[in-house]
Amino acid sequence: MKRFIKESKNRCLNYRKRILDISQKVRAIHAAGAFSVIELVDCIYYGLMRKKTKKHKYFRDTFLMSKGHGCMAQYVVLENLGIMAKKYLENYCTKNGKLGSHPDYGLPGIEASTGSLGHGMGLAVGMAHADKINKINRKLFLVISDGELQEGSTWENMMMAANLNLNNLICFVDHNGSQSFGITKKTHPKFYPMNKKILSFGWECVEIDGHNTKEILNSIKKRKTKKPLMIVANTIKGKGVSFMENKPIWHYRSPNSKEYDIAIKELKHI
Amino acid sequence: MRNKLADVIYKLGLKNKKICVLVADISPAGSMEKFRKKFPNRFINTGVAEQSMVGIAAGMALRGLKPFCYTIATFALYRPFEMIRVDLCYQNLPVTIVGMGPGTTYSTLGGTHLAQEDISVARSVPNMDIIAPCDPDELSDVVEFCSKKRNRPTYLRIGKAGEETFINKQSEKWKFGKIRLIKPGKDVCILTFGPIIRKAFEISKKLEKKNLSIEINSCHTLKPFDLNGLKKKFKKFKSIILIEDHSEIGGLNEIVKSKAYEQSYLGKILNFSLKDKFIHCYGDQDDLLSKHGLTTDIIYKEILNLTK
Ligand SMILES: Cc1ncc(C[n+]2csc(CCOP(=O)(O)OP(=O)(O)O)c2C)c(N)n1
Repeated sequence: MKRFIKESKNRCLNYRKRILDISQKVRAIHAAGAFSVIELVDCIYYGLMRKKTKKHKYFRDTFLMSKGHGCMAQYVVLENLGIMAKKYLENYCTKNGKLGSHPDYGLPGIEASTGSLGHGMGLAVGMAHADKINKINRKLFLVISDGELQEGSTWENMMMAANLNLNNLICFVDHNGSQSFGITKKTHPKFYPMNKKILSFGWECVEIDGHNTKEILNSIKKRKTKKPLMIVANTIKGKGVSFMENKPIWHYRSPNSKEYDIAIKELKHI
Repeated sequence: MRNKLADVIYKLGLKNKKICVLVADISPAGSMEKFRKKFPNRFINTGVAEQSMVGIAAGMALRGLKPFCYTIATFALYRPFEMIRVDLCYQNLPVTIVGMGPGTTYSTLGGTHLAQEDISVARSVPNMDIIAPCDPDELSDVVEFCSKKRNRPTYLRIGKAGEETFINKQSEKWKFGKIRLIKPGKDVCILTFGPIIRKAFEISKKLEKKNLSIEINSCHTLKPFDLNGLKKKFKKFKSIILIEDHSEIGGLNEIVKSKAYEQSYLGKILNFSLKDKFIHCYGDQDDLLSKHGLTTDIIYKEILNLTK
């Protein structure tokens, strides 16, 4: 575990740097939303998803990034795993490239097109149920944003996941409490309590620190029920760069070159 | 255009207490901050909940208010489509759905953010008016029109930011439902709508060097379409060029060609529309347009061939 934690920390530092580097070439990046899920995505791929056997292309389990705008976090992990070749990110958002600022089904390691919020839960329920019908032993790891819990479609599908007893579905909520247009607590106070709502929809729900590797790895081990599992991961939008943290204007902004220098320096200390 | 939208709605809101704004958690809605501060009761951010945005707007309209719903075009029209069809169109309520950044505008955000068939979708619903202004000036007239006493829903398709102004001294006045002459010309007639009118101006400049005089029109009202105005263009011109940042299905292309058939128009019509294909590439807007054959050069050459 200790070794994993150290390695993960290192990887996450490099991911953040890589994202900042790309942001200097292409400004269309949701860096802050990616920074809040970096530890989650890294731990899911490196620690939670089961390795492939001959039958599988990459992994035995499936990962879906429902908050498509956070895909940069997924791209850099896929790159590090060697699933996505370097040229993909080198040509990010350019006319010669295949990668845009939302993931597209069919690209290496990308199992569904997301970007319109509130679609991932439905896709995940369908895939998880299909795996049951086909008697395939596979877990589905889903990452949604807290903003997606404002879309009715997410709740409709959560209810369905519980109805279908989908214990193979594990969902992380990137609970950074921040959206495009403000801080959720202020704009939508009745968004809370969130965990109670999730429980009442027939899910098991646990809460963790979404930047803490150990807590992420342990989160699925302590499962008590056979219900679908929701892990509320408390995170900080823009984590690692002080001036980006929890500031809605950084939802879509890229740092200029001065801000970039400060950001890179700050990253070393997290 | 979105700053202009916010300015105009704010100004109109000062006079007309019925005007309300609903947004669904998008950062560009930040330009509406002034309206929100001044009229906190008349501003609702539903969060990432577009169906709720339209449903609530319908309820407010049933009580006599004048709501504007505002978000990125795909999420403004597609996500809450049935609320638009039933709550707004079937009940014929005066709500304006503002779809921002349509067509290829969001050129790096991928297919989920490209509203390439929005007019086609909106046009097929009874009662829905559709307006797509070509520049911030035209937008200003349109918003004012939408805020007036009307009893119909409108889909208002607007650009994002940084659009140039094309309306000039030679341009006709804006009128709902009328093709608007923006720049007069004698030889070839360009019909277009929305900010892609910039291409028409680029092409026209190049063609003038070949002694061709190009008329440019903004077909801002896609529904109801100006049939009389169109007939006049058929009479006056042997060649009509259509340019649209929208699918070849259900937009300007099909409107004009079906009318041409009905009117037994004998001239040539060339359309430059997006193909009936999802866009899987990135870059700037021109990179995307060029994948669908919509470049200034191609259009220029085809017009030259046509007039030879
Ligand atoms: C259906 C839909 N509506 C609106 C948007 C535009 N949009 C992109 S990100 C975002 C919200 C950001 O907040 P959140 O979902 O909580 O993500 P995070 O803060 O983690 O980046 C919105 C509204 C979208 N992508 N999809």
